[in-house]
Amino acid sequence: MDEINANSELIINFAYVIAAVMFIFGLKLLGSPASARKGNLLSAIAMLIAIVVTLFDKNIISFQWIAVAILAGSVVGFFAARLVVMTAMPELVSLLNGIGGLASLFVALATVQNSHDLSGFVLLVTFLALLIGAVTFSGSVIAWAKLSERISGRALTFSGQSVFNIVLVLTIAYGGYLFVAQPVSSVDFVIVIYVVMALSLLLGIMLVLPIGGADMPVVISLLNSYSGLAACAAGFALQNNLLIVAGSLVGASGIILTNIMCKAMNRSLTNVLFSGFKPVNNTSIVLEGEIKPLAADDAYYVLEAAQSVLVIPGYGMAVAQAQHAMKELQQLLEDNGAEVAYAIHPVAGRMPGHMNVLLAEADVSYEQLFEMDEINKRIEHFDVAMVIGANDVVNPAAREMKGSPIYGMPVINADLAKNVFVLKRGMASGFAGIDNPLFFKQNCNMIFGDAKDTLNSMIRQFAD
Amino acid sequence: MMDAVYLLFILILSIFVGFELIQKVPATLHTPLMSGANAISGITVVGALALAGNESMSQYAAYLGALAVFLATINVVGGYLVTDRMLAMFKKKGK
Repeated sequence: MDEINANSELIINFAYVIAAVMFIFGLKLLGSPASARKGNLLSAIAMLIAIVVTLFDKNIISFQWIAVAILAGSVVGFFAARLVVMTAMPELVSLLNGIGGLASLFVALATVQNSHDLSGFVLLVTFLALLIGAVTFSGSVIAWAKLSERISGRALTFSGQSVFNIVLVLTIAYGGYLFVAQPVSSVDFVIVIYVVMALSLLLGIMLVLPIGGADMPVVISLLNSYSGLAACAAGFALQNNLLIVAGSLVGASGIILTNIMCKAMNRSLTNVLFSGFKPVNNTSIVLEGEIKPLAADDAYYVLEAAQSVLVIPGYGMAVAQAQHAMKELQQLLEDNGAEVAYAIHPVAGRMPGHMNVLLAEADVSYEQLFEMDEINKRIEHFDVAMVIGANDVVNPAAREMKGSPIYGMPVINADLAKNVFVLKRGMASGFAGIDNPLFFKQNCNMIFGDAKDTLNSMIRQFAD
Repeated sequence: MMDAVYLLFILILSIFVGFELIQKVPATLHTPLMSGANAISGITVVGALALAGNESMSQYAAYLGALAVFLATINVVGGYLVTDRMLAMFKKKGK
């Protein structure tokens, strides 16, 4: 009997090695859009192998709850994946981050419920799984509520916030000490578990509340990373290698994305997490020149004559659902002999790669999408730059105004193109709350109104 | 204690592999990368399974395990399917 057990454990762990290798190759294939779908499939097969092989574990005796849980989870996952609209991807990823955190939280809870003489090390990692899982869950719920505008997307701050947070963290740390060391004559362990859990949930809320608007890409990436680290900590608690490998791959991925987002905003992670945008107090900068509004019909004549058009989308394009109209206009421009390219700023939209997915949905070839650095090298050759629902990411103040809060942030230099059209609802400033000197430049025209309507009226002009 | 060191070894090495791999993912695929990461973090299901089906444990712990299986399965199924749906849309010109 023992020999059979040892053998089955060997087989399970060997299958885990294979699954880990397949996860790694799956991520490797994600290095190019052409092979990415295959990579995702490979990763999914690895997961299937891991799950099936785990079911042979000798400790698993009752299958009825497992069957119910897997079936119900599959149904929910299936419909979520099918029904979500592409503009709502940031919300879905937030929710999935949170669900991953909650799963790790429950694993940690079950672990401490189960055995009574756990080693200090196991208690420590279980505490970490509980903490990270809870922070990920509540933080993601707040991020989701902000993204779907169930609560205000703006940064929410109150006086004494940092003091409150410090006290909260210290209390959790003390809870961690009680949790791991379990000193004699201490409070009941069950109470410690649930108080630590409740405080960790509160911490997640407190971390995400003061972050808003254009900083959301950073938050989502960071929570993505946390959900992996929570799985990792659960892996330590259960001494399961595969959980550690897969969890740390996810953790690494989230950290890299967070880093890219911070660099694209020229801010440090601590600055994003704790300060929000400082109110603008530099009034010494006076913008000169005047705003030149233009009717969409008049813009058509410029577009018709243009040899090359650069499109710079932002979150406004997603809000207006203008990507399909843009693709239609692109087709007409190309039939007219113009070259059309898209320039994507890393923080355009509400999550990393948000614009790329929307344009892919509208059937724009990924070969026409360019990163900021690539396009800035040749931006002065474009006849027209069309800015659709973007603001801060094309603000030349980042380049030329030392006093500006966004000075030093890498931006797409739209103002260097021969003509600039800015499609915008009104004159409201972007998330950063600062004026955009681009709008006052000689070569810039504002086309006010809903981006989708504006594009559609250009399309009609082409058709006539 | 050796167990802890051995697990730490695995952690450090996988983080390095992760960094190397993810750095090569182009910006255009960052959204599918994140939803794919959601799916992979559903690996918790493997840990949760052993807890859910283990009859030597308290009933309460088994329920918690089953709940974790349910949640992690949402991540696995939802994550992989939505990633596939997105990646299917990424096309080259003229296809």
